[in-house]
Amino acid sequence: MSLPNPAELIDAMAIDLKAYLARRGIESPNYIGIHTGGVWVAQALLQALGSDAALGELDVSFYRDDFSQNGLHPQVRPSALPFEIEGQHLVLVDDVLMSGRTIRAALNELFDYGRPASVTLVSLLDLNAGELPIRPDVVGATLSLQPDERVKLLGPAPLVLERQDLASASSLEESPR
Amino acid sequence: MTPLDAKRPLQLNDQGQLRHFLSLDGLPRALLTELLDTADSFLEVGARAVKKVPLLRGKTVCNVFFENSTRTRTTFELAAQRLSADVITLNVSTSSTSKGETLFDTLRNLEAMAADMFVVRHADSGAAHFIAEHVCPEVAIINGGDGRHAHPTQGMLDMLTIRRHKGGFENLSVAIVGDILHSRVARSNMIALKTLGCPDIRVVAPKTLLPVGVEQYGVKVYTDLEQGLKDVDVVIMLRLQRERMTGGLLPSEGEFYRLFGLTTARLAGARPDAIVMHPGPINRGVEIESAVADGAHSVILNQVTYGIAVRMAVLSMAMSGQTAQRQYEQENAQ
Amino acid sequence: MSLSIIGARVIDPASGLDQIIDLHVSEGKLVAMGEAPAGFVAHQTLDASGLVAAPGLVDLSVALREPGYSRKGSIASETRAAAAGGVTSLCCPPQTKPVLDTSAVTELILDRAREAGHCKVFPIGALSKGLEGEQLAELVALRDAGCVAFGNGLSSFGNNRTLCRALEYAATFDLTVIIHSQDRDLAHGGLAHEGPTASFLGLPGIPETAETVALARDLLLVEQSGVRAHFSQLTSARGVQLIEQAQARGLPVTADVALYQLILTDEALIDFSSLYHVQPPLRTRADRDALREAVKSGVVQAISSHHQPHERDAKLAPFGATEPGISSVELLLPLALTLVEDGLLDLPTLLARLGHGPATALQLNTGSLHVGAPADLVLFDLSTSTVAGEAWRSKGQNCPFLGHTLPGAVRYTLVDGHISFSA
Repeated sequence: MSLPNPAELIDAMAIDLKAYLARRGIESPNYIGIHTGGVWVAQALLQALGSDAALGELDVSFYRDDFSQNGLHPQVRPSALPFEIEGQHLVLVDDVLMSGRTIRAALNELFDYGRPASVTLVSLLDLNAGELPIRPDVVGATLSLQPDERVKLLGPAPLVLERQDLASASSLEESPR
Repeated sequence: MTPLDAKRPLQLNDQGQLRHFLSLDGLPRALLTELLDTADSFLEVGARAVKKVPLLRGKTVCNVFFENSTRTRTTFELAAQRLSADVITLNVSTSSTSKGETLFDTLRNLEAMAADMFVVRHADSGAAHFIAEHVCPEVAIINGGDGRHAHPTQGMLDMLTIRRHKGGFENLSVAIVGDILHSRVARSNMIALKTLGCPDIRVVAPKTLLPVGVEQYGVKVYTDLEQGLKDVDVVIMLRLQRERMTGGLLPSEGEFYRLFGLTTARLAGARPDAIVMHPGPINRGVEIESAVADGAHSVILNQVTYGIAVRMAVLSMAMSGQTAQRQYEQENAQ
Repeated sequence: MSLSIIGARVIDPASGLDQIIDLHVSEGKLVAMGEAPAGFVAHQTLDASGLVAAPGLVDLSVALREPGYSRKGSIASETRAAAAGGVTSLCCPPQTKPVLDTSAVTELILDRAREAGHCKVFPIGALSKGLEGEQLAELVALRDAGCVAFGNGLSSFGNNRTLCRALEYAATFDLTVIIHSQDRDLAHGGLAHEGPTASFLGLPGIPETAETVALARDLLLVEQSGVRAHFSQLTSARGVQLIEQAQARGLPVTADVALYQLILTDEALIDFSSLYHVQPPLRTRADRDALREAVKSGVVQAISSHHQPHERDAKLAPFGATEPGISSVELLLPLALTLVEDGLLDLPTLLARLGHGPATALQLNTGSLHVGAPADLVLFDLSTSTVAGEAWRSKGQNCPFLGHTLPGAVRYTLVDGHISFSA
């Protein structure tokens, strides 16, 4: 099974997101991408939407649930949110949704900044492997993988999806999502 | 083999990650850089309304201070609390150790109460090493200062200060001024600057306050402050303790201030955008003029803020390294 | 009790003997070498083929820790350890509790040593009362009780005049003084040699001048008083140079070094290991090399263990809070054989530095094998090795050589003809 082209997915997602936000009556939400792939997807998405809104970047390393097993992620970067969270509508963007734990961590972190009015979840891919009750509101494509397969987004330009075989992969940038 | 070549595997786990933080020698440049990068992230956390992250939730950090210190102790407490850890502080002068319990037994008892990490400050050089090697190898030991030997968290917060105000270390000229002989801060700073690639590290002091063989740190020695400060980018002033006047090391505070005190006039010899640092607490009119301590070049108060972030980074990385080591050992035992 | 030792390679440095020859012992003395005397019947015969027989080792500095420091050692345990190291005679220093400044303490030590029976003990009496460096101890009474020499350890005298008078008094009665040269003020507060390693570790330093300044003064006062002096536990190149110069101008001073000072340097301290915390301190490679050369040339004619056993707690603390000392008499011969292995000394010279040299420094009636001499012998096997610590008799485990494989192994130690140790 070949992997979809992210650029095509993002064009479709832009249309879906516009419609979703219109249905909810949300105007001018704040966009936040989760490091690193989510930021790339969010940038491409904003471009597809023709928007010049500021993009927030979220690093969830300090909120993960696997510190006791895996320790601190080696590439921690500061989060940078150039806008208020309190009372705002947010669009949270990630690249690959798997277990849902990254989103859980991201939500916890966002709530430490303030109380948002709403959070809309956008993901390029949904691997249908959720371990938590977290579902994307807008998704580019849904895929099913073999148990030892992973998918990685390469970027920032061009954006390309790559399949990885866990048995032979040297190291994954992020631990299982 | 010089002391600086000596390997210190004690601090690192089998994958080269930090699992104790005892001194800066033997730590590779990449690790120090990682520490600074992690501290940057924690600085950002410190700027939020909610200054806490749940990283060390459920872990117990025990501050064991055999030597008095308000400043270091409170920043470690704050750092641990901001990581959501449970914090205990033991001031040994008021505890059982002064009743004759050995250091060994004091720490073993604390370990039995399930502390995950100890921050230790002690008057004897090598105390943190002793604890990490012989008392509690399974618990992360963070050196909060041991005798004259090392103050690695202060060293790293000084490095973070320099990096944030000067960008990097490659083209920098740094002068460390004052009682180098008795200073664990100076020793940690010299090592950190060398490791991070600073090409011009200077120490400025009278002979009585310079340790024998200080050149081994890769520093240039100056006994004249004016020459030592010429065109430097960073001036680190060290605290001069009153006790140095007895024992024949110095005639008086007055003479020291005249020769080695950082005044506005003296600072003019450094670069116009030079920064002035001090580990604190400062002795106004002894090593530094008030106008300089409170002036535009001074980043002394920033150092305190950076100190919390650096300590958060150290606590997280050490806890992480201990966890990873246990994991590694379990996997390899099978 | 008579005993024959058959087939050993007998080395007696004093006479230059080095050949395979039988030894015959009777009533505690060596009665013949080669053929047994007429009518001699051996109650016991030791087959010593393949072994070396040499005068039993004479160790000038072995702390027995009794009376007063029972957690660290006892006369019984430490003399037993010494016998295992090949030692047949040892000198114990006056730092006991109470201090060895009365005949009562001297007699106690000699009685206990006799009871234990592992080796001959020659007590070193305190030069000053309580080792305080103020008042003279009763040197003649101590001599009559059994002290063979007098010293003040590393504790300085109150002032030079008092020291000079003490030396003159000792000279009056032809007593030997043992001097540990260290200037109290220069050494004050120091934990390690004042050099790059101590600076790096943040340990207060003891400069080389702490030894040389005191040594220069001590040599001049020895010269002025005419006392017979033995300088103990040298650590520095400049120090042995001063001794050499004094000997060259005719001053009959002798000297010893601790065996570990010939092997270790201050670089060993790098991990703050308290096992290397000793006083006087380990110094640099250059100092160690100069000490080794001085032992080779004979300027330093004696090697001692400087045995200082400690209980575990004394070493189980941060460096500055630990007590100085290494426990190593039990390894004296095998550890010393590393100097032969290194090519520094040949075997007869090493044995001279361990037996004849120390014995003559303090005029002890031992240290050589000749007809009529006390049968104090060590028999050892050069073809095998000793794993340090496999068996351990000293109460002090504070030895950095534990676990090391050392050349040679002691097979028998004999004191006055009876076997005090056998492997």
